[in-house]
Amino acid sequence: MDFLVFQYPMITLQACLDGILLGVLFALIAYGMALQWGVMNIINIAQGDLVILGGYIAYFMYLYGIHPAWGVIVAPVIMYFVGIAIYKLVINKVVDRDLFISILATFGISILFMQLMNFAFGADVVLANSGYGTTMLFDNNVVLPNSKIFSAFISIVFAICLVIYMKKSKLGRAIRATAQNARAAKILGVDTEKVYAATFGINAALCGVAGALISITFTIHPYMGLPYTIRSFMIVIVAGLGNLPGVAMSGMGLGVFEEFADYILGTEFRIGSVFLLLVLILVYRRFKLSRKREYLK
Amino acid sequence: MNKNFILYAAILIFGLAAPFIFPAFKVQLSILCVLIVLATTWNIQGGEMGYNSFGNILFYGLGMYLCASVQVGMFFPLAEWTESGGEKTFVHTPPQFFQGMAVGLVVAAVVPTIVAGLIGYSILGLRGHYFAICTLGLGVAAGEISGGIEIIGAGQGFTTPPFPNVGSLEARGEFFYFLSFFTLVLTFIAVRSIYSTRFKLILNAIRDNEDKAEAMGIETMKYKIIGWMISAFFCGLAGGIMGGLVGYIDSTDVAFDGREMGVFMVLMAILGGKGTLWGPIIGATIFHIFKEGFWTFFLGWQYVALGVLIVVIVIYFPEGIMGWLREKYPERFGEVVDEKDRKAQVELK
Repeated sequence: MDFLVFQYPMITLQACLDGILLGVLFALIAYGMALQWGVMNIINIAQGDLVILGGYIAYFMYLYGIHPAWGVIVAPVIMYFVGIAIYKLVINKVVDRDLFISILATFGISILFMQLMNFAFGADVVLANSGYGTTMLFDNNVVLPNSKIFSAFISIVFAICLVIYMKKSKLGRAIRATAQNARAAKILGVDTEKVYAATFGINAALCGVAGALISITFTIHPYMGLPYTIRSFMIVIVAGLGNLPGVAMSGMGLGVFEEFADYILGTEFRIGSVFLLLVLILVYRRFKLSRKREYLK
Repeated sequence: MNKNFILYAAILIFGLAAPFIFPAFKVQLSILCVLIVLATTWNIQGGEMGYNSFGNILFYGLGMYLCASVQVGMFFPLAEWTESGGEKTFVHTPPQFFQGMAVGLVVAAVVPTIVAGLIGYSILGLRGHYFAICTLGLGVAAGEISGGIEIIGAGQGFTTPPFPNVGSLEARGEFFYFLSFFTLVLTFIAVRSIYSTRFKLILNAIRDNEDKAEAMGIETMKYKIIGWMISAFFCGLAGGIMGGLVGYIDSTDVAFDGREMGVFMVLMAILGGKGTLWGPIIGATIFHIFKEGFWTFFLGWQYVALGVLIVVIVIYFPEGIMGWLREKYPERFGEVVDEKDRKAQVELK
């Protein structure tokens, strides 16, 4: 318990940089969640488990002697099809129904994935060693693993590619049209079923990229999925749907918050503080909205 | 009414005789009683009020920790107990054990109720999925945080006081069975009497359209908080009993076990039929039999089965057993059906 963080500027700087690099990854996952939330109006509790599954793909490439960084290309391709499969089997039956049904159904998928990954890959905490070394800054006071810088860079590249794709391509325009008004899009000849499937696939692919990067920079474990879901949910509700700079900023903010919680409260309270922050944000949001309602009265 | 009375008397006699008819299943029957209590009380705010909470596990775990802590703390220093692994250094005499349990259960029921009342105003203002995710976060946060607190055992867990030696070997099972069965009867009476009052209609109004209910002059927030507090009361009680029954409390695997108990109560209520009196009871019974069978014969695959079960129930069977029965035999539920109309509907299908 050290409340004197600000007396040690180097530790503060280290935590900030770590947090920002981590936050970029969170923002990438949250972007996927915002995409499918906006288009299909579904909250996917299994988001974090898709991330972990992507991580295991990179980890297995590492085990078979391929450099795990290639996982960044392989994982999204595999995860795209996993996402399509999940959509065809489960999600397309809950799209137009009560939101709680979709939450519970994806919760079921999440439990299923957790346990299947536990069977297939074992319950050990693993990481794929990229061998990138570290960068020392400020007289060796701040240590940044190159893998973190690499992962942040790749996340930004993927995010930019996706934004351009959504703006320019035919499918991207169809997705945006469906998000605005699914019925109107259907009337104008957009095959919304296909759009939904593609959206969920793209979301899963983004999770795959993020997972591969997480397996390089941090560790993965079959049961670590839920915190990633909660983080991305939190980022999306803070930033709002379809607000990309907001997603990036709040992702980084969350990363920095987590690093400081880790330093100040101790690692055992890290996940707890994330969940508590979620509750606080929701409660804050509720009081803000209720004040707005009072003005209207 | 007369028919109902015979039914209730039969169930009561069966419940009282059950541990002697099936002596090998006493622990299972006690767990079943606890599960029914959890499902029934989840149904008050999940089914009747329409606030689908994943966070009732918070009250359950709180009750569990409180009951055990009070039971130990009344007679021995709590910190030393958890540090030494409990039972090796300190031994409860039978009167101490039962006194501790009685006070512990009262605390375990009252404190979660107060907590529910305190957080209710902020949390219950959230609507729909925000409420669901927020309560999910609450449950997990409670588990993670309690796993870091030293005095209640932190990561290594907390051994609840072992049952004292009172002569018979069967005493432990019988004590916990009758305790949980009594709680079940209490819950059933409470819930049944709630369901025949205006309060239930208000909860249903909130579920069907909260804004309209408010416009009709109902103070929705007050009733929502009361509904949640009733849930919390019985969840805490059930948690306290379960803590003594299991004999060991771990923060994320036993007490705040959102992945098991937290989902079970939702699933049981949905399986039986949300928003009915008997639905959660039937759902819990079927689910418990299914679960025990699966846990015994396919150990290791239980979570896979659980995941598949959730998806299947939610997608193909969201009305539950009672909902299905109601659609099939509407007359039994007091609905008057025009025979022609029904035939026309069957033909339409």
